[in-house]
Amino acid sequence: MLIVIGLIFLVALLSPGIHRILQEKTGWFLALLPLGSFIYLLSWLPEIAAGGTVAQSTTWVSMEFFEVNLAFYLDGLSLMFGLIITGIGTFIVLYGSGYLGGDAYLPRFYIAILLFMGSMLGVVLADNLISIFVFWELTSFTSYLLIGFSHEQENSRKAALQALLVTGIGGLALLGGMVLMGYASGHWEVSALLNEGDIIREHPHYLAILLLVLAGAFTKSAQFPFHFWLPGAMAAPTPVSAYLHSATMVKAGVYLLARMHPVLGFTETWMILVGGFGLATLLISAWLSLSFTDLKQILAYSTVMALGTMMMLIGLGTEIAMQGLAVYILSHAMYKGALFMVAGAIDHEAGTRDVRRLGGLRGLMPISAVAAGLAALSMAGIPPLFGFIAKELVYEAALESALAPILFISLAVLANMAIVAASAIVVLRPFFGKAVETPKKAHEAPLSMWAGPLTLAVLSVLFGVLPFLVDKSLMLPAASGVWGEPLDFYLSLWHGINLPLILSIATLAGGLLIYKVWDPLRESAPMKTYQAGFAHVPVKAYEGLVNGMLGLAGWQTRVLQNGLISNYLLTIIITAVVAIGYTFLSRSGIIFNPDFSDVHVYEWTLSLAVLVSLGIMLTFGKSRLTMIVAAGIVGFSLALIYLIHGAADLAMTQVLVETLTVILVVLVLIHVPKLREIRSTASRFRDGIIAASAGVLMTLLIFAATAAPFDDFISKFYADASYPLAHGRNIVNVILVDFRALDTMGEVVVVAIAGIAVYALVKMTRAGTSTANKES
Amino acid sequence: MKSLILNTATRLMIGVLVLFSLFLFFRGHDEPGGGFIGGLVGAGAFTLYAIAFGTEATRKVLKIHPITLIAYGLVALVISGLIPMFVGEPFLTGKWLFLEIGNTEWKLSSPLIFDIGVYLCVVGFIVAVIFALEEEPLINT
Repeated sequence: MLIVIGLIFLVALLSPGIHRILQEKTGWFLALLPLGSFIYLLSWLPEIAAGGTVAQSTTWVSMEFFEVNLAFYLDGLSLMFGLIITGIGTFIVLYGSGYLGGDAYLPRFYIAILLFMGSMLGVVLADNLISIFVFWELTSFTSYLLIGFSHEQENSRKAALQALLVTGIGGLALLGGMVLMGYASGHWEVSALLNEGDIIREHPHYLAILLLVLAGAFTKSAQFPFHFWLPGAMAAPTPVSAYLHSATMVKAGVYLLARMHPVLGFTETWMILVGGFGLATLLISAWLSLSFTDLKQILAYSTVMALGTMMMLIGLGTEIAMQGLAVYILSHAMYKGALFMVAGAIDHEAGTRDVRRLGGLRGLMPISAVAAGLAALSMAGIPPLFGFIAKELVYEAALESALAPILFISLAVLANMAIVAASAIVVLRPFFGKAVETPKKAHEAPLSMWAGPLTLAVLSVLFGVLPFLVDKSLMLPAASGVWGEPLDFYLSLWHGINLPLILSIATLAGGLLIYKVWDPLRESAPMKTYQAGFAHVPVKAYEGLVNGMLGLAGWQTRVLQNGLISNYLLTIIITAVVAIGYTFLSRSGIIFNPDFSDVHVYEWTLSLAVLVSLGIMLTFGKSRLTMIVAAGIVGFSLALIYLIHGAADLAMTQVLVETLTVILVVLVLIHVPKLREIRSTASRFRDGIIAASAGVLMTLLIFAATAAPFDDFISKFYADASYPLAHGRNIVNVILVDFRALDTMGEVVVVAIAGIAVYALVKMTRAGTSTANKES
Repeated sequence: MKSLILNTATRLMIGVLVLFSLFLFFRGHDEPGGGFIGGLVGAGAFTLYAIAFGTEATRKVLKIHPITLIAYGLVALVISGLIPMFVGEPFLTGKWLFLEIGNTEWKLSSPLIFDIGVYLCVVGFIVAVIFALEEEPLINT
């Protein structure tokens, strides 16, 4: 599995080169990659169906307290997700090559979508908590690139940032939850955690773990009140929406909670939080979908509704809910993937996505019409499609809820009525009715763009009519994976006349009624208020938070970095003196037993001469240059002291650094205006006190440090090991390049970055001033 | 800066300084010296040159952009770290090769490559900053 994911990442990076060679055939070629992964995953199906699991592990980072392994774990749940990701991914790559054909940035799309696919596959297959998190964040970053694909447009950049911030903050919470979980149980592999549910549930940190993990899952899967970012992210090109926002990324949160259900679930808190937020999300977003006329917005809110339904099922936590979850996930991925792709095809061929400006396209785009029709029937939950089975199971699960079954079932029915109406809107409006003049002359989309929707729609029919194709092989292991123990069930279309069926009929009738009155309903005042309340207020709140944060940052920057270097120095020194001084004095007190017996007379003389002359020069000096040079003299004298004590290396470094520092500072100061005496006596007095207190503190610290007995264990080790282990007699150099090479490497990287930054900063300032001069 | 003495002295000094910096660099493992000190002396040489003849002339002498020098330095660091990994040892483990050429023993090692990286980064850093500061005044007033 590591090889599959690695291969996807590798090909992603090579794809621009491939595109240069194959041009418009690239899509067909690259689609082989997810197809191959799909077949690879499918080859495990017999073993998984027989109740087995597959675990593969490669050591990655190994430390004393915890390990990060590239461990992969395949059971029914991850297999189902893996198949959805690679299967739909195959069509998306193809579809993208058609949809973005001729776009100059098409190679970028290939890179980002393949990187995303690899990361997503990593999330569902990874077994180690930390590696799940790494892949999880990779999906956030790659989706940022994908949502912001049309980077010239401001709204698409804003939507990308919004999605990144919302899911990113959730991701950080998730990391916290995972680390707590790892420490609470001592296990970092999910497969091992699955048997440790009781330990976690009884752990004092259970609530904290649960809340943190939920924060990650709810933001990623757009649960109320974070539901606003997903429809916003519809600024992405349609292939991206079809993939990220229906089939894969937004389901990562669902996957995570499903995966964690045996560990964190089965408690009342879980039921109330997950079930409750799921229920709220599904009801709110189902009706929101009716307040828009943009195909993608309608579909986006119906996706949020589906995510809410999945969360609700996970929250209910009964056997029947797990069945429903598995079936619902698969059926939703198929119909929503198909509908998004058709919506993109309509947009591409007719030039608009607004249902008010579309109509009668079925004659012009027959294949897309068939695909959309079948997919919408599945979404509406009409027999004999797969979506019908899913919806029946959702109703059954809601009826069996341990908490407030009446509430769950009535809200679920109410939400599903809206979804039936939305399904009707997205198919009947564009394809049926009178032909309407569209911005572009519509015709059927190319093969690459209808192959996916049609296949997915046909599968919805096939799995609905012949549910035995998937129930024992895929649905059963997937549901068992969420449940934590093997389940046994089968799927069928006909259960006899029972309550769920009656509710389904009521839902359908209600939904069609809503569709009839949709136009006046959409324009009505309550619907406008509803849309404003649930769609716009969260966005406003988000924007308010971001602006507030920027305002705070601006304020504290103005206060702390007001452009006067003397102020920076004051702030730094006062903070250091207060913080260090308080800690030092309160912890260890003043230690004063200096031993001056082995200090020679010439050392005394040297130190005093340097300090006194320096003090005089700095106090009475009239130019900056004199002062800098004077300060440099201290450095040179220090080198002399090093030399006296036999540290030739240090002395040499000191002299060279000091020389170069003085040169650099002089180069800067040459351009600074002459020193003017603008300071009042009061400020001189204040600065004097601050300087003196800093000096006294340092002296006290050095006394305290030298008072402790000197342990030569470390220096002795280096002296002894230097030649035998590292073949060098110069200990300083050996430590730098061998024993502590990683440290040195870090420091050199800092130096390198600083160098590049200084160069860029000076160059940029100059470029800025020169353009400003030209303009003025 | 226009000064005949400085110019003449610099012309003579630069070669000696560069040689000295290389000498310091190579003796570093056993005697005082090494990549950092060698790099500082090397950077000092070019700084002197830049003060005497200006940055344009120094760029010509150096032939390579200081930022590129930093980049090569980082690459050297990474390479020295990766070498031991090819034989299955942790990142940055020192690998040694002892060669007997004539009567002298030559020590080739991954720490040597590491030290080269340090040297290049130090020279690149200081020269880049000097160039940036010398080329034009920071403040126009």
